[in-house]
Amino acid sequence: MPVFESFNADRAADIIAAHAGREGASLPILHALQHAFGCVPSDAVPLVAKALNLSRAEVHGIVTFYHEFRRTPPGKHVLQLCRAEACQALGADRLAEAVRTRLGVDWHGTTEDGDVTLEPVFCLGLCSVGPAALLDGTPLARLNADKIVTALESAA
Amino acid sequence: MTRVFIARDAAALALGADAVAAALAPHATVVRTGSRGMHWLEPLVEVETPAGRIAYGPVDVADVPGLLAAGMLTGGAHALCLGVTEAIPFLARQTRLTFARCGVVDPLSLDDYRAHGGFIGLQKAIEAGAAATIDTVLKSGLRGRGGAGFPTGIKWKTTADAEGDRKYIVCNADEGDSGTFADRMLMEGDPFSLIEGMAIAGLSTGATKGYVYTRSEYPHAIATFDAALAVARAAGMLGPDVFGSGQTFDIEQRVGAGAYVCGEETALLESLEGKRGQVRAKPPLPAHKGLFGCPTVVNNVITLATVPCILRDGPEAYQAIGMGRSRGTMPIQLAGNVRFGGLFEAGFGVSLGDLVNDIGGGTLSGRPVRAVQVGGPLGAYFPPFLFDTPFDYEAFAARDGLIGHGGIVVFDDTVDLAKQARFAMEFCAAESCGKCTPCRIGSTRGMETMDKITAGTAVAANTALLRDLCHTMKFGSLCALGGFIPYPVLSALDHFPEDFRP
Repeated sequence: MPVFESFNADRAADIIAAHAGREGASLPILHALQHAFGCVPSDAVPLVAKALNLSRAEVHGIVTFYHEFRRTPPGKHVLQLCRAEACQALGADRLAEAVRTRLGVDWHGTTEDGDVTLEPVFCLGLCSVGPAALLDGTPLARLNADKIVTALESAA
Repeated sequence: MTRVFIARDAAALALGADAVAAALAPHATVVRTGSRGMHWLEPLVEVETPAGRIAYGPVDVADVPGLLAAGMLTGGAHALCLGVTEAIPFLARQTRLTFARCGVVDPLSLDDYRAHGGFIGLQKAIEAGAAATIDTVLKSGLRGRGGAGFPTGIKWKTTADAEGDRKYIVCNADEGDSGTFADRMLMEGDPFSLIEGMAIAGLSTGATKGYVYTRSEYPHAIATFDAALAVARAAGMLGPDVFGSGQTFDIEQRVGAGAYVCGEETALLESLEGKRGQVRAKPPLPAHKGLFGCPTVVNNVITLATVPCILRDGPEAYQAIGMGRSRGTMPIQLAGNVRFGGLFEAGFGVSLGDLVNDIGGGTLSGRPVRAVQVGGPLGAYFPPFLFDTPFDYEAFAARDGLIGHGGIVVFDDTVDLAKQARFAMEFCAAESCGKCTPCRIGSTRGMETMDKITAGTAVAANTALLRDLCHTMKFGSLCALGGFIPYPVLSALDHFPEDFRP
C-alpha cells in the first residue's frame, strides 16, 4: 500500500530539479510528483512551468491531457478495473456494475471511508485471463465480484 | 536441486504463480521465466528432466503437496501432468522465432540469452556494416508489427539517408489495443531481444539514442525492462562502445500516462517531447523529422525484437515463411471469451476460423462463437461466415478489417453488437486527442446517433446518418484513431444488422 507525502514546495522543487535536465522532462516530472504526493498538486504546476520554461497553462494542458495524472490523492488502495473489449467479452460490464454498487462509488470515486479508489482502465494486457484488474499494482485475473471483495479485504 | 521453471509474467502472477513458486522453493531451484503463452495453463510449472522439460498445469498452490508426492520433481505422473512442454500441441504447432526464448529463459540472464542464440544477430550486423544490415532487413520482408505493416527496411533506409545531427530509435511499447499482450510478454520474458534489435537499428541508421515508450498500465514490463537495461549497460552492450563496434548507442525507457492515442507514432513523439499527446500531420515523416525534429525510426516492440533472428538466420529463412506480401511470423494473441487463450506465433496465412475454433478451442463459456474483433478497438467485428479469411494484412483489408497488432477477441452469442459499436464511439470520444474535428466531434455525435438507433428513433434515417458520419471520420481524420473507428462500427452494422433493430 503506497503512503503519500503531503505537498511541500521544497520537496516538489527537489523532485522537479532531479528530472528537469532530461529531454522532454515533463512526463517524468509529473510521474515523480504523483509518486511522491499521490497526485499532481495544483501548487506544483507553477513550479513545473518555471523549471521547464513553459506557461502554467501549458503545464495544466499536459497534466489534464493524460488520464493517469490525478489532481487529488487517491484512497488507501487503488483498484484499476479493466473496461476494454476482451474483458467485456467475459462480463466486465456486469462486474463493474456490481463493484460500483458494492463499493458505493462511481468511476474515479473513492469510498466514504477513504479506503478504495476505483479507476477504469482500458486494457492491462491480461486479455486472455479476464476480467482483469490491478489492485495497488498487483495483477488479478478471472475476476468476479466476490474475488474482488476478498482481494480488497486481504489488502486492507 | 532439480530446476523448475515458473513464469513471472503478469498473467501468471495474476493466476497465483508467486504462491506456487514459494511453495516449491524449499524443494527445488525455482527459475522465474517469461510465459510460454499458454495462459489457460498458468500457473504452469516445468520440471527439468533428462527427457526435457515436463509441464504441469494449471497448478494451484494447494496442488503442490500432491504433485511432490507423485514425484513431480522427476517427471512423475499426475492428473495435471501435460508431458514434455514442447510437445503440447498448442506449442508444437507454432513457428516460434520472435518468441523462441520467451518462457524458456530467465529474462534477466545474459548467459541464458547467449546460450539461446542471442547477440549473434548484432554481431553479424556489426561485421556486415550499416548498408548491408538494412538490406537484410529489407530482403526479409519484415513489416511493422504495430499494425500499419509498413516495410521496416524502407523506414530504416529513409532514416539512415536523412540528414541530422542526432538520430533516434523510438520503440513503441504503448500496446493499448484490447486483446493484445505480445509486447508485454516479450518485455517481461525476453527483454534482451528488444535491446539487441534496437542496437542493430541504432548502429545501422546512425542513431545514438533509443527511447522505449511503455504504457503505465504495464508495471511488470516496465520493471523487467529497466532491470534488463541495467544488466546490458553493465555488460557493455549499451553505451559508448556497443559490443566493441566503436559506436555509441544507449536506451532509456519512458512511461506513458494512460492516453491510448499515444500509441499513434506522432502522438507518441509529442508525448516523449513532454507535450500533450496530440497527433502531428504527416508529412514530414518521423524518418525525416521525428523526435525533437531529428530523423527517427519508430517501430513496435515485436518488429524490433524480430530483427536479431533475421540477421542471425538470414533474410531468406524469414522471407520463406508467410503468404502474399505478409512475410515471416506473427505473434497472434487469443483473448476474450476463448477457451485456450494466449499467444500463438505462426507464419501468416492461418485462417481466422482455425485460430478461433481449432487453436483457441472456441469460447470459454462453451456457447457458440458469434463474433470476433481482430486488431483491437479499431478493428472490425468478424462473423463466423468470414472465418475463412487468412491471417494476412491484405486479406483482412480486402474484407474491410485489419489485423492490427494481432489480437483476436472472441465473443459468444450473448454479445450485443450495437452495444459494441456504441462502445467504439465512446472509446474514441474518450481517447481522441482533439486535434482534428472528425474524430473529436464525430465520435460524440456517433455515440448520440447510436443511442437514437437503439432507442428506436428514426432508425433508418439515423443509420444512414451513422454511415455518413463513418465515411467522414474514415477519410477526414488525421490518424488511425478517428480513421479506423468506422471499422468496428460498420462491421457490426453490416454483419449483425439484427442487433440494431429496436
